[in-house]
Amino acid sequence: MTSQAETSSSSTPVIRCDSVYKIFGANAKNMLDASNGIVDAAKFQEAGCIVGVNNASFEVFPGELLIIMGLSGSGKSTLLRCISRLTDATGGKIYIDGEDILSMNDKQLIELRRSKMGMVFQSFALLPHKTVLENIAFPLQVKGISTEASIKRAKEMVDLVSLTGRENYFPRELSGGQQQRVGIARSLAIEPDIWFLDEPFSALDPLIRKEMQDEFLRLQGALSKTILFVTHDFDEALRLADRIAIMKDGIIEQLDTPANIVLNPATEYVRKFTEEVPREKVLKIESVMDPFNPTQDMSDLKVPKNAIIETVAESILNSSKPVAVINEEGAIVGSLTASKVVNVLFGGHTGKSGEQSS
Amino acid sequence: MITTIKERKYLQFLLLLVVFYLLCLIVPPSDSNILWRFPPLLKQLPIIINDSVNYLLFDWWLIDVWDPDIEEFEQKPLVNLITRAFSGVILFMIEFIREIMLGGVKTIVTFSGWEWATANPWARWPALPWTVVAGGATIIGYALKGPRLALFVFFTFAYIALFGQWEPSMETLSFVLIAAPVSVLLGLALGVWAFRSRRVETIMNPLLNVAQIVPHFSYLIPVMIFFGIGDHAGAIATVIFATPPMVRLTLLGLKKLPPEVAEAGLMSGCNNRQLLLKVLIPTARRDILIGVNQVIMQCLAMVVIASLIGAKGLGNNLLIALNGLRIGLALELGVCIVLIAIMLDRLSLAWANKQTDYFADLSFVQRNKFSLIFGVVFVAGIILAYIGSFFFKDGFNYLYLIPHNKGITTQDFWQSGVDWIWDTFFYSLKGFNEWLIIDVLVPVKTAYLGMPVIATFTLVMGVGFIVGGTRVALSVGGFLLFIALTEWWDRALITAYLVSLAVVISSIIGIVAGTLCAQHPVTTRFILTVCDTFQTFPSFIYLIPVMMLFGVTDTSVLIAIVVYTTVPATRYTVEGLISVPAALHDAGSMSGVNRIQRYFSIELPMSFPHLALGVNQTVVFALSMVIIGALIGTDDLGQLILGSLSDRQGVGNGLILGLCVAFIGLAIDQIIRTWANQRKQALGLD
Ligand SMILES: Nc1ncnc2c1ncn2[C@@H]1O[C@H](COP(=O)(O)OP(=O)(O)OP(=O)(O)O)[C@@H](O)[C@H]1O
Ligand SMILES: [Mg+2]
Repeated sequence: MTSQAETSSSSTPVIRCDSVYKIFGANAKNMLDASNGIVDAAKFQEAGCIVGVNNASFEVFPGELLIIMGLSGSGKSTLLRCISRLTDATGGKIYIDGEDILSMNDKQLIELRRSKMGMVFQSFALLPHKTVLENIAFPLQVKGISTEASIKRAKEMVDLVSLTGRENYFPRELSGGQQQRVGIARSLAIEPDIWFLDEPFSALDPLIRKEMQDEFLRLQGALSKTILFVTHDFDEALRLADRIAIMKDGIIEQLDTPANIVLNPATEYVRKFTEEVPREKVLKIESVMDPFNPTQDMSDLKVPKNAIIETVAESILNSSKPVAVINEEGAIVGSLTASKVVNVLFGGHTGKSGEQSS
Repeated sequence: MITTIKERKYLQFLLLLVVFYLLCLIVPPSDSNILWRFPPLLKQLPIIINDSVNYLLFDWWLIDVWDPDIEEFEQKPLVNLITRAFSGVILFMIEFIREIMLGGVKTIVTFSGWEWATANPWARWPALPWTVVAGGATIIGYALKGPRLALFVFFTFAYIALFGQWEPSMETLSFVLIAAPVSVLLGLALGVWAFRSRRVETIMNPLLNVAQIVPHFSYLIPVMIFFGIGDHAGAIATVIFATPPMVRLTLLGLKKLPPEVAEAGLMSGCNNRQLLLKVLIPTARRDILIGVNQVIMQCLAMVVIASLIGAKGLGNNLLIALNGLRIGLALELGVCIVLIAIMLDRLSLAWANKQTDYFADLSFVQRNKFSLIFGVVFVAGIILAYIGSFFFKDGFNYLYLIPHNKGITTQDFWQSGVDWIWDTFFYSLKGFNEWLIIDVLVPVKTAYLGMPVIATFTLVMGVGFIVGGTRVALSVGGFLLFIALTEWWDRALITAYLVSLAVVISSIIGIVAGTLCAQHPVTTRFILTVCDTFQTFPSFIYLIPVMMLFGVTDTSVLIAIVVYTTVPATRYTVEGLISVPAALHDAGSMSGVNRIQRYFSIELPMSFPHLALGVNQTVVFALSMVIIGALIGTDDLGQLILGSLSDRQGVGNGLILGLCVAFIGLAIDQIIRTWANQRKQALGLD
């Protein structure tokens, strides 16, 4: 979860969206053309059109995990469905690995999905008449891979998502968490480069959700795919994200690293949205440390500058002297006192967050 | 005053009734009075239909065809050529399956011509010994599901063989084995088409509505004209009748799917065909399988009716037995049909749910064990049949083919049972019968016939207006107007009388029985199972026992309809009551109502929409049964439809009569459905 966005911004983006619009309604295309790209949702609504995505432009880089957040109906799923071309965007351009997917024909599109894309759904969307193994092997079989080879690969996937022993179960015989493991395994079976997850854990209860997030992080650590991940849950976003996009009424209000979103909200809406977020879960030591003063009496403890505060807070609080902050090379770049950490945890308008995190 | 009437529906109904009675009293019965009966303006319609059909069939679009017999080109009408070719294909398929089981020469004739076949008498397809067919079917049952299904299949075939119904049963089976898959595939294709295109759906929906209520007989006449008489004609009529429910359930199932299922398929890289065949249809298979089940039931229900236009087999024999009042035989044949129906249903279900095991690392013998066992059964059956030919010298080899009606039979037992009942209860049965006819049926019938047409219109359209406003009133009035303008208004009234009596009685029985059974989970499950079982019986089966008791009278028909239609009434009642949320029960109990109050104040109103749909089904079932009642003689529309069957010029009559019946059903359907939907919305159930 290091900030890959910064390190890899020089490489070509895997996904690039240029002013993407998705408007539902019979007359959507004409209305969009007439509007010169300035779409007022209320006006469109009067004309019987619903704005799903409004002027979305962004890039996602290889190995990056972009989280899309927003309230229900803000257009998260619609954006995802535009990029996977499950629905045709009304306007704008979408490039996958530099190729314009809106101009692809059916054949190219199928080829793209068969080789590069995998998707996980909130409602699992497993095939009820197929067993766990058959569900996972399905994308391989439609590709025309022999039964033997696809079943072999599916078995590996079963092991990967820890469902060994349940290969012959039907989806109805599995718990929600297990079903979503099947969904995950299915989406990974063809070894996609791009992985779409639309609220994959929202239908699960909190304990299972935590477990699945760990599982997800483990998988991502091993596979490092380019990921678009939709969620409602800020905690989830903070645990997983490289960058977060916050949507409202189809508009991407802000797209930035978790820390920047919390510290420098671009709009009033984002500020409200992030108000309740416990800062120690977002902020890195770097962003709150004091400059290093060589004359100071330092504790022996050293913390890396890009550690999240929450993870090191306890040890800092326990030390009576200021703690040294070091960079990747081990050189000291700053210091941090217990009182400063207390201030972050309980001070200011983030006062509530302290209670929440306890 | 006027505002109170506007608010209170029951006052409106009361007012309507008063007007209705006044009209009945005022309008004098006279044929010249337009308020008493409308003039039959549509009288010419059947003739026009006849003429256009004849034109279509014999004069439209003539094309030149090479006739090898006279070695010349001949002009033949296109439609006729197409229908003949179509008939030929269907007939060939039916005969092919039939000859595998019963032997024969027609398949060979198709490929070699009659001359060669007659010259070479050895070139006959031999029948499979019945032991092989039964054994093979049992193995299929075992392979698909397991020992229990195998046992049932074996029992079915054993029953058929033992009771000497082998030949007609195989004839029926071969007919169903063609008609059912064709209906399923056709229904599936049309359903998918409607799913893909909104326009097709809007066109198809009203057609399906009509198709499901138009009585079976009405199809027979056009089919007969276009395709001639025989097994193929029966099969085609069956397909026409069995396809609509399949279309409807396919469409329903596909539309119910959450969009994510299709998206998951697309993201898995499916192309259109894979998406349809591997994702959408299998995922919607619950509803689609109900459709398959319906198709099989319809096919077997049509067995008897198809025999009217020349389908061979059990249906034909059953019809003859019923006409000859040979109750025992009819019963045995009926059981054959029911057993075949259930067997096919279970087998198709098991086939659809079959799964493969990828783990087993099987040897050749294990993998092909069922084929191998069948091979053994095949050889053993033939050897047995060969041995049998030494045993049974009198020409019937019981180990090869059991000749028709030479098996065991329980006819005498049933006949003596019927005789005993007649002897013992003669006076009470006769008394009941006479009482019902003289004191109930005849007066009601007279009352119906004594309604001036204007009064009927006022009543029905008034109800439509109160329930659903001008739109419903107009559409209901339109349906009635069509009937009133044909020459069969009186017959329609008789149909309406039988149907409404039956619907009232069976709704009462169904609602009471359903309510009682819904009180406890055990009885609930019991009654639902009973309903399931009864629904698998083809409708005419119900005629057998009542005819046993009451002979050929309106009483028999009425009772048969009542028995048949009580099933949906009961089922919908139970389902409606158990769908009332338990929280409401508790809320009711907490506010101190007793059980009976709770039933009337909470459960009944909450389940009213369901009940209304049940009554609606009852009407549809009753209408289809009335027509079947015509088989044993009533003087309503059904009888006329039956009559037009034997008339070359019957197409027009048959169609118009069929539409009349359908329109009665549609009018009632419209009113009840609107009402139920309103209640649903009022109760927030939608
Ligand atoms: N097929 C459709 N036709 C018309 N409107 C649609 C369609 N799909 C989505 N919308 C509308 O587009 C808007 C965005 O929907 P979307 O499903 O993308 O929201 P979401 O952010 O994913 O919400 P949730 O968190 O509830 O999943 C909503 O107002 C929705 O009503
Ligand atoms: Mg969504």
